[in-house]
Amino acid sequence: MLYNEPSPHEVKVLTRRFGLENSASLDTYLATDGFKAFKKALEMTPEQIIEEVKISNLRGRGGAGFPAGLKWSFVPRNSPKPKYIVVNADESEPGTCKDRLLMENDPHQLIEGVLIAGLAVDAHAGYIYIRGEYRYLIEIMDRAIAEAYSCGYLGKNILGSNFHFDLYTHTGAGAYECGEESALLESLEGKRGVPRIRPPFPAVVGAFQCPTVLNNVETYCAVPAIIRDGGAAFAALGVPKAGGTKLTCLSGHINKPGVYELPLGFPVMKMIEEVGGGIRGGKKLKAFIPGGSSCPVLTAEECQDLTMDYDAMARKKTMLGSGGVVIMDEDTCMVRAALRIMRFYAHESCGWCIPCREGTTWIRKLLQRFHDGMGQRSDIALIGDLAKNMFGRTFCPLGDAAAMPTMSIVEKFYHEFEDHLDGKPCPYEKARQLVMA
Amino acid sequence: MADLVNLTIDGKPVQAPPGTLVIDAAKRAGIEVPAFCYYEGLSLQAACRMCLVEVEKMPKLMTSCTLPVAEGMVVRTETPTVAAARKSMLEFLLANHPLDCPVCDKGGECELQDMTFRYGAGESRFSENKVHKPEKQWSPVVFYDMPRCILCYRCVRICNEGMGVNALGIVNRGVVSEIAPNKQDHLECDECGMCIDICPVGALTSGAYRYHTRPWEMEHVGTICAHCADGCKTTLGVRNNQIIRGNNRDRSGINDEFLCVKGRYAFDFYNHPERLQSPLLKVDGKLEPVSWSQAIETVAKKFQQVREAGGKFAVVGSNHTSNEEDFYLQKFGRQVLGTGNIDHHRTGDVPALLDALSGKTGKLAVSADLYQRKAVLVVGADLALEHPFLSFQIRANYRHHQAHVYVVTPRPVREDAVAAVSLRDACADVFGPLESLRAKLAAEPELVIVFGDVVKGEAVRRLVDFGESLGIPVKYVALVDYSNSRGAVDMGLLPDAGGLALPEMLAAGDLDAFWVVGANPLKAGELRSRSAFVVVQDMFLTETARAADVVLPAACAYEKNGTVTNVCGEVQKLKKALGTMGTKPDLEIIGLIAREMGAAPVMGPWTAEKVFDEIRRSVRGYDIPVPVVAAGGAAQTMPVNGRIPLDGRPDLIRSARDSLFTSGTLGRYSKVLNSVVESRNNR
Ligand SMILES: Cc1cc2nc3c(=O)[nH]c(=O)nc-3n(C[C@H](O)[C@H](O)[C@H](O)COP(=O)(O)O)c2cc1C
Ligand code: SF4
Ligand code: SF4
Ligand code: SF4
Ligand code: SF4
Ligand code: FES
Repeated sequence: MLYNEPSPHEVKVLTRRFGLENSASLDTYLATDGFKAFKKALEMTPEQIIEEVKISNLRGRGGAGFPAGLKWSFVPRNSPKPKYIVVNADESEPGTCKDRLLMENDPHQLIEGVLIAGLAVDAHAGYIYIRGEYRYLIEIMDRAIAEAYSCGYLGKNILGSNFHFDLYTHTGAGAYECGEESALLESLEGKRGVPRIRPPFPAVVGAFQCPTVLNNVETYCAVPAIIRDGGAAFAALGVPKAGGTKLTCLSGHINKPGVYELPLGFPVMKMIEEVGGGIRGGKKLKAFIPGGSSCPVLTAEECQDLTMDYDAMARKKTMLGSGGVVIMDEDTCMVRAALRIMRFYAHESCGWCIPCREGTTWIRKLLQRFHDGMGQRSDIALIGDLAKNMFGRTFCPLGDAAAMPTMSIVEKFYHEFEDHLDGKPCPYEKARQLVMA
Repeated sequence: MADLVNLTIDGKPVQAPPGTLVIDAAKRAGIEVPAFCYYEGLSLQAACRMCLVEVEKMPKLMTSCTLPVAEGMVVRTETPTVAAARKSMLEFLLANHPLDCPVCDKGGECELQDMTFRYGAGESRFSENKVHKPEKQWSPVVFYDMPRCILCYRCVRICNEGMGVNALGIVNRGVVSEIAPNKQDHLECDECGMCIDICPVGALTSGAYRYHTRPWEMEHVGTICAHCADGCKTTLGVRNNQIIRGNNRDRSGINDEFLCVKGRYAFDFYNHPERLQSPLLKVDGKLEPVSWSQAIETVAKKFQQVREAGGKFAVVGSNHTSNEEDFYLQKFGRQVLGTGNIDHHRTGDVPALLDALSGKTGKLAVSADLYQRKAVLVVGADLALEHPFLSFQIRANYRHHQAHVYVVTPRPVREDAVAAVSLRDACADVFGPLESLRAKLAAEPELVIVFGDVVKGEAVRRLVDFGESLGIPVKYVALVDYSNSRGAVDMGLLPDAGGLALPEMLAAGDLDAFWVVGANPLKAGELRSRSAFVVVQDMFLTETARAADVVLPAACAYEKNGTVTNVCGEVQKLKKALGTMGTKPDLEIIGLIAREMGAAPVMGPWTAEKVFDEIRRSVRGYDIPVPVVAAGGAAQTMPVNGRIPLDGRPDLIRSARDSLFTSGTLGRYSKVLNSVVESRNNR
């Protein structure tokens, strides 16, 4: 099922089957080039597969944007241990809702991507760790996996190639932190979902202490196209150092919210105006979150001339992240936005390390009091200070993810905090509620 | 030595083996990096973020507890950035901390207090409501106060990794995370209190100690645990002539910081309401309190009469009294009473082992060997229940050195979890299983064999032959039960050739005097010599004391000076922590009887030091360095040359098989041991 009309600006690579009848079925998949890439990969050496992925400039779509081909090359080839492929389908970053569409509409594309990764690193088993709330997707994936088994695309001796591969779904249990790769692995192993000390990284010591490739759903879904049409063709779709397309989730105060597959490097203002149909009610843009709630927030001015790619965002000291774009219009209370974001992180902090465990809740309480009109001027600096004290000092990036938006809002929207001082009611009273997780 | 890594810490050049963590390298260079979650010997957590340091060429502050040293690394542990980061961590911690230091047990020895003192953050910028949850009692000894907990997970790790119990875990997440016990609302575990001891703050507190005193109001007396033969050092906190807690926080003993439930809490027999505090004399079949002088006079007079009449004595010694007392008692028996009818409850065949090893050196293991040697073989003993410290050593050896552990026991034991091979000897013949292990054992570089009372008599020699035939260096431990079971054997609380052994004394029927010091042979047995004059020295009115003509109230191990010898032959010093009114140490009691009988010139003075001197001169293997023992250390007895007289009565050797929660007579009178649920569940 699709939730929004496609946009003419889209470049449909990963979403090419979206909207086809029975798009999730193996028949449809096979009728539309399905498993062509896998067959091609069977003829390639692991080095060639990895090289092709490197050429494609595919960067991880889960948030950090780490080059996928490079990550795969870290798996120790001569390790006597079994190797695993793990799919991060825990999609919980506020503002992000793309992996679900990929699994719902084209589950076999994910399966094919995983199989190719398996060939590349000599893995014979994989796990798809699916966010628990995505119950219906687990059923869709299980159905697709069963279909693939029955038609010989999974299991022993796939397509007579001597290559065998088993694929399983695993249910997450409702913790954002379990999307963090090492916490995910702990959870997959049946333990409490807290992160691991790194190094060693999962490529060397991952699931069950064995070398593991762990990528986002969208990352794997890009692989069949890369192998089928060549890495260079994929790279050409994007910008230097970031190839291909990115599924972008538009939400917030925008006329046409939805998930759109846009080439990397797409201009931000054009995206808002032409893909998203502009700000609702003809209002002005106030703030922009480029890639999920973990990213530092940008002001409207900062969005002019900005493009949607990793390096451009880095130059603005923010991140492309997971592609969860949140649009906030002029009526938005930024104190409240900061509070809403911090409420999420305080709730999701796993509690392992001091700064995140204590910091998120403290800041949440401060922001709540502040927004309720009981703040003091010194609280503004305190909020920023606490976020700074968390930043860069936590055990896993969740602490940074909580600190960064807060620091950016305090810095860039300081005056809005001042507007809440002296017991004044929130000046944005009439503001609509943010459309965010 | 493998190539050392060169690095600089705070301007000091430092060398460390590869793989060393920066926090340890710093410590060795005399630089203390603060840490809550890092704990030497336990797995790494990187949770508290206190140990952050600056490292050149690294963009962020690094946790020195997870960072291995690297060549040319430049580390700074006390820059303004680092200090600010630590101060901020403390500020975060204190935000939800109740700050009830004035009443908290940990006040004065709290690591959070120390750190706050060092880095500031004493003023709170936090004006919101704190997270609060009521305190919970998990067992008679373990209490948990969630608001004070800083979630360093030390307790979880010491219980899982150190104790092998794994009774603690974490529930909830984020700011409401807390530690939880294995049975939801209570603990069923070893009740060792290791978790309480290791807690850097006052979140875990002990039922014995909580809210009784402040650390600086106590006197701290390091002595040896009165219970099992492992001989752990326990530092007793004493105030107003009362023991308030036991721990080994200064890690000064052979047991480092380890103590089991008995060493930590079961000192509480000393003030049990039934403790004897006055000598008793049987008048018309009833025991009546009398003065010490009257009691001593009665005993001396009677002993003298029996001696002059050429009557028959029998003397039973203790597994708990000091070496000095044991030596003095057997000397008194042999030289003053002129009897060879001397014995004690024998719990392990130490003489057979010493005899089998006679003339060989380096064959007797010390407790440290169980932690250091590459392989350990456990035969016929459930160490976790019977020898908690030895069990702890083996687990630590496995954890830190991947030691190979072999187990041959009748039932599943905790060591199975760390064992390379576990065999069940259903038929009690250990040599079948042992032979099947031969190839594996012979392939080890070295081995320690620990054996229980199933191996005795000839079997000990056979076991030693087996060990010596492996072609590798092998050391041995013959397990015995109690705090000075080993000393009782070494000091000669054993019958002379032709003398009566304990069961024969009870069965004799013609004894004239029966003298029992710190033992309870009539608990299960009966004394056939109904007319014998019975003298009992004990702390409590045991079955044996009830049958006595004179009962002399004895001081316990915590109330006297002296030495004891542990299961591995390590001699350690008992240090008097307190006194209980009306009681006397057995050494003094024996001395008083001797003086009254005019035997003082034979017996010599009854100070522990003087008797110990005599022991060093006359007991084989005991010519050990005095300063080591005097300074609170442990000195192992020397190997023996020449045959050891064996009475060929292995049938008399029988371990009492005390569990973690029993301890002979002492255990019966320990409130703590009787209050924990496990003492009812345990075998
Ligand atoms: C707190 C936290 C939550 C995360 N949640 C997700 C998630 O839901 N899905 C995801 O793909 N990656 C998530 N990540 C990123 C993963 O740790 C990891 O980088 C990613 O799955 C790697 O795949 P990629 O290289 O294909 O992006 C999260 C990271 C953090 C720190
Ligand atoms: S930053 Fe610390 S508390 Fe927060 S989620 Fe990561 S490990 Fe848990
Ligand atoms: S008392 Fe000992 S066994 Fe019980 S929870 Fe604490 S550490 Fe574990
Ligand atoms: S109870 Fe003590 S040892 Fe356990 S996590 Fe809390 S502070 Fe650490
Ligand atoms: S192991 Fe033995 S010596 Fe050590 S504390 Fe426990 S009972 Fe005492
Ligand atoms: S000591 Fe390093 S993080 Fe706790």
